[in-house]
Amino acid sequence: MSDILFYLLCGLLSVLVLVGISMMSKVEKAVKGNFLSTIAMAGAILLTLVYYDIISVTSLWIFMAIGLILGVIWGFKIKMIEMPQVVALLNGFGGIASALAATVIMIEPEQQNQDQLMFILVTASLALVVGVVTFTGSMIAAGKLQKVISQKPVIWKNHQWITGISLVLSILSIVMVAIDTKFLPISIIIGWVMGGFFGVAFTIRVGGADMPITISLLNSLSGVAGSIAGMASNNPLTVAIGGIVGASGLLLTQIMCRSMNRHLLDILLGKTTSTGHSKGVAVEASTVVTASDSEEDIVSDLASIIKSAKRVIIVPGYGMALAQAQHLVSQLSDSLEQNGALLDFAIHPVAGRMPGHMNVLLAEANISYEKLREMDDINPEFPNCDLAIVIGANDVINPAANTAEGTPIYGMPVLDVDKAKHIVICNFDLKPGYAGVDNPLYKMRNVTMKLGDAKDTVKELIDMLR
Amino acid sequence: MSPLLLILIFIVSTVVGYMIIKNVPSLLHTPLMSGMNALSGITVLGALTATAFALGTGSKILGYIAIVLAMINVAGGFTVTSKMLKMFKHKEVDNK
Repeated sequence: MSDILFYLLCGLLSVLVLVGISMMSKVEKAVKGNFLSTIAMAGAILLTLVYYDIISVTSLWIFMAIGLILGVIWGFKIKMIEMPQVVALLNGFGGIASALAATVIMIEPEQQNQDQLMFILVTASLALVVGVVTFTGSMIAAGKLQKVISQKPVIWKNHQWITGISLVLSILSIVMVAIDTKFLPISIIIGWVMGGFFGVAFTIRVGGADMPITISLLNSLSGVAGSIAGMASNNPLTVAIGGIVGASGLLLTQIMCRSMNRHLLDILLGKTTSTGHSKGVAVEASTVVTASDSEEDIVSDLASIIKSAKRVIIVPGYGMALAQAQHLVSQLSDSLEQNGALLDFAIHPVAGRMPGHMNVLLAEANISYEKLREMDDINPEFPNCDLAIVIGANDVINPAANTAEGTPIYGMPVLDVDKAKHIVICNFDLKPGYAGVDNPLYKMRNVTMKLGDAKDTVKELIDMLR
Repeated sequence: MSPLLLILIFIVSTVVGYMIIKNVPSLLHTPLMSGMNALSGITVLGALTATAFALGTGSKILGYIAIVLAMINVAGGFTVTSKMLKMFKHKEVDNK
């Protein structure tokens, strides 16, 4: 195959991938878009095999088939609640594959184009480091999400120093290659050990609630590692597609940071928001419920409110997912609609443990995606809403974010639940959310608190409609 | 291909990708991410060429591992993405 034809086809396949991604901006076309990307990927593999004249190498096909079968089986078994850790694991696999490919290039530099040897080796060692960082970082992230390791930030003695030194040594392994090729073997070892160590050091101190940001960042890194490995192996297609993945991860990282009111650097440096919270706020809240009327009054009151509500907005949070209550919530929404209410779901950008996670969980519970509304879209509708039902969400509905200057969530965009005429909150307890700021909503007059397992409390609400 | 050109491709694809991905609604961010996961398995191309031309047994084995892992990434990513996207549906159309 001529070079020109190869480059043309590379360009075409990159465009196909981009078209596939742009089709993901509409739900109706998204499945086809994903299929198009799959086809483009298959085309890319075939093109590479033909161009390098290695299509007849049987061993390559065997190992590709093994990976393919394992991947498909795994893909079918995955549950939607596990998506964050699955994405983290997949990021890790991509990262280590790039690192391994780069290592193979570095082990046998004589097999490379000697005119560009310096560029090839430096990019290979860079791909190695970024790939290994992605791998170990993703494994820690996946472990935290799967609760194999503690979700709390783990901070070692002199953490900042240890992280810094491992980063500097990782960079050194790349510089060494640039100085002289005789350093290659030692550079490979330092790259693996120090890069791997750095990946662990920077993710181990990230708390569970900051995971959406961390996963997005690792997603970006896995793309960048692939792209750089593409430079080392002189494959423009890998460079282009790796770059696209890198950009996507970066964009999601930005969106997550903005909606959590966090700076990326703070998360990487292990600053948790809860450090700044004022003590004693949590205590006051517990007096609210006992002070109100007798239990029975509340229930009959609430039942009439729910029955008469014409405009209802449900606000689901990760607490709902933890309680596995999404199918009951789906039932509740059906009952409300049968009762004549106009119903929508308000989805905060960080509801869940990864970008868009809540939407997937609700879609799995058979809730029509048109009812899943983004924050900016639904916020103006809260003042006209008769009833807002909050299920397992706290920080994202905390009106203190608009008013309480100096608290960690000040300035964070929240859902304007407080504007609704009546509010039911089905949370597990009255403790402040991850940010550690007391929620003034809990004390408002038009708020009914239903504490306990969301499965039970949502069921009670459904029963009230019968 | 010249190094400069490769770096240029990286920059262009990043910028174009960023602009296209910006249009994906937050509703679909999880499938977007798992789809991107699958795409990051594109590194399999580098693994394929590096492995095919590797001479030593050790480096070949490393290459084979890379191919398997990258393919798991590709196949797992695309499978789970399509599974997820198929869950997004209109209730009206579906039930009645």
